[in-house]
Amino acid sequence: MAKHNKTKKYGSLFMATALLTGILAGCGTDDSGSGSGSGSKGSGNTAGDTIKIGANLELSGAVGSYGSSINDGAKLAIDEINAAGGIDGKQIEYIPIDNKSETAEATSAAIKLAEQEKVVAMLAPATSGNSVATVQIANNHKVPMVTGSGTAPNVTVNDDGTVNEYAFRTCFIDPFQGTVAANFATNELGAKNVAIFADNASDYAKGLAASFKETITANGGTVVTEEAYVAKDVDFKSQLTNIKGKNPDFIFIPGYYEEVGIIVKQAREAGITVPLMGADGWDSPKLIELAGADALNNTFITNHYSSEDPDAKIQDFVKAFNDKYSQAPNAFHALGYDSIYFIVDAIKRVDGDVTSEAIQKQLASTKDLSLVTGTFTVDENHNPVKSATVLEFVDGKQQFNSKVNP
Amino acid sequence: MEWIQQLVNGISLGSIYALIALGYTMVYGIIKLINFAHGDVFMLGAFIGFYAIARWEMNVFLALILAMILCAVIGVIIERVAYKRLRNATRIAALITAIGVSLLIEYTVIFFRGSSPEAYPTVFTTKNIEIFGVQISTLAIFILSVSIFLMLLLQFIVHKTKIGKAMRAVSHDADAARLMGINVDNTISATFAIGSALAGAAGVIFGIYYTRIDPLMGIMPGIKAFIAAVLGGIGIIPGAMVGGLVLGVVETVVSALGYSLWRDAAAFVILILILILRPAGIFGKNTREKV
Repeated sequence: MAKHNKTKKYGSLFMATALLTGILAGCGTDDSGSGSGSGSKGSGNTAGDTIKIGANLELSGAVGSYGSSINDGAKLAIDEINAAGGIDGKQIEYIPIDNKSETAEATSAAIKLAEQEKVVAMLAPATSGNSVATVQIANNHKVPMVTGSGTAPNVTVNDDGTVNEYAFRTCFIDPFQGTVAANFATNELGAKNVAIFADNASDYAKGLAASFKETITANGGTVVTEEAYVAKDVDFKSQLTNIKGKNPDFIFIPGYYEEVGIIVKQAREAGITVPLMGADGWDSPKLIELAGADALNNTFITNHYSSEDPDAKIQDFVKAFNDKYSQAPNAFHALGYDSIYFIVDAIKRVDGDVTSEAIQKQLASTKDLSLVTGTFTVDENHNPVKSATVLEFVDGKQQFNSKVNP
Repeated sequence: MEWIQQLVNGISLGSIYALIALGYTMVYGIIKLINFAHGDVFMLGAFIGFYAIARWEMNVFLALILAMILCAVIGVIIERVAYKRLRNATRIAALITAIGVSLLIEYTVIFFRGSSPEAYPTVFTTKNIEIFGVQISTLAIFILSVSIFLMLLLQFIVHKTKIGKAMRAVSHDADAARLMGINVDNTISATFAIGSALAGAAGVIFGIYYTRIDPLMGIMPGIKAFIAAVLGGIGIIPGAMVGGLVLGVVETVVSALGYSLWRDAAAFVILILILILRPAGIFGKNTREKV
């Protein structure tokens, strides 16, 4: 009984704290909104003798490999810039903090970077969920944040359509891959009658399918059939037989490798020989095991970047990365590297004092910036308009096929 | 043509359900226990087959036989350890024990090898044979023939051998069978062994046919096979075969009509309807319970 009361007491204490925090947070937003904030809060940070760039990344925990890769890419970029004399003679000071792949830790890391370290810009977490958790901090403190790989649309744009002023990203958003796949199907493969086979249990797949459909229809193509499955299914034969009966000349299969691997195998067994295409959810060695190298021939995926891209800028990066870390850079390495150059480009364009507010304005007006993962321009929703890379599976290996512009 | 193709898809799926359903129905027939661990024996069979083919580089048929033997042994161990002492307990106690055994098997496998899926190696270079414009893969034909062979073998065992006669006697009346000098315990173990061997075979076939296996793969096919057994009339061997095939075809037809997301729901609707309209199943006789 005593124990029960105690829990109750803590419970109400927790509630009260939560309420209080809510009220305070509300005030904070009001202050910065009217621009009358006093003290450091809500007025942004200014660079001192060095330019401080923070990083709030998943260096450990569930998705530790994502954050660590971005961190390695970012460090390479910082070293290069500092070795070349920094920005207008000022060196960059890079301050990474581990958010342990947890939302609460991500929020407190963002507060620490903005209030204590007084950084002028920061890299936001690698996952969309953790990035969303730090958006409010960035807005309140007027410190721009750039996520390397948070691809969910709601990082930069709230559900009600308002743009988060201080949130940016280096990667394209999920639905964009659907658009790219549709353009690739029309322009490169000459597809007219397409089928869509999507995972109905994932927002990612549904988002991709919707944008693919919109674009392919606009391109003059026809969606002859749309079939669906649910994650964890293993028998796709009846849907595939239906699709085959409609004679599509291209099939779009957004989804994750666990099911896609079997779908590709069963599709080939059912005698479907047309090109199949998916997105970055296919990108796993397990896909090749499940589908088999033969079945994967004539399939394509969209991805952020390929280390096999012959582009000189990419090959220079691959070489520099290999010299420093003795491995080929993956998409996260490239996105981390690009995120730093994206911020530094904006800082270079600032006239006068380097303040976090001035950097925000320059980030928002970035135009035709050439980076490893593509040349990009920031749109009104703070998403980069950039090309995606199309990879083709040839005998079980991903090969660079082409770049598709938006 | 497309419909014949769908029928072939349905029969392939249905024959796997039928193989699992046989084990359910045999065990139920003999000790009135719904052995929910049966789906996990199926999973173990799939993994034994996987390791035999991929790691120990065995021939498919040898792997199939190995999986059947090991699953038979596992089935007997489960029966001896978990169910034997509950033979005179309430049926609900035995049912709950079966669910416990099921979870134990699933999470023991996860403990030792993690929950990530495994991809079955390609054992056949599948070719498609065209019959009347229908693409039938050689793999589907192989699976169908193995299933039919095993079912015929089972019919032979049950009807033509001594142990089969003992099984039929025990399922009819265990006490009377014991009075006639039949070793009831051994007969029950033999039933578990045969049922589990069929589940093991179904596991290997499933792996070859659908490629992806994981430690929780037994749950859904297990439940579907249970529905198949009830549909055919639980405790009746030909009923399980027909029930499995019907269920496979129904699921495929539902998908073919464009309602693929309702496929699992269709299976459960069948279960509910059969329990309301004809609880004894397609092949069951409506007998009044003796008081």
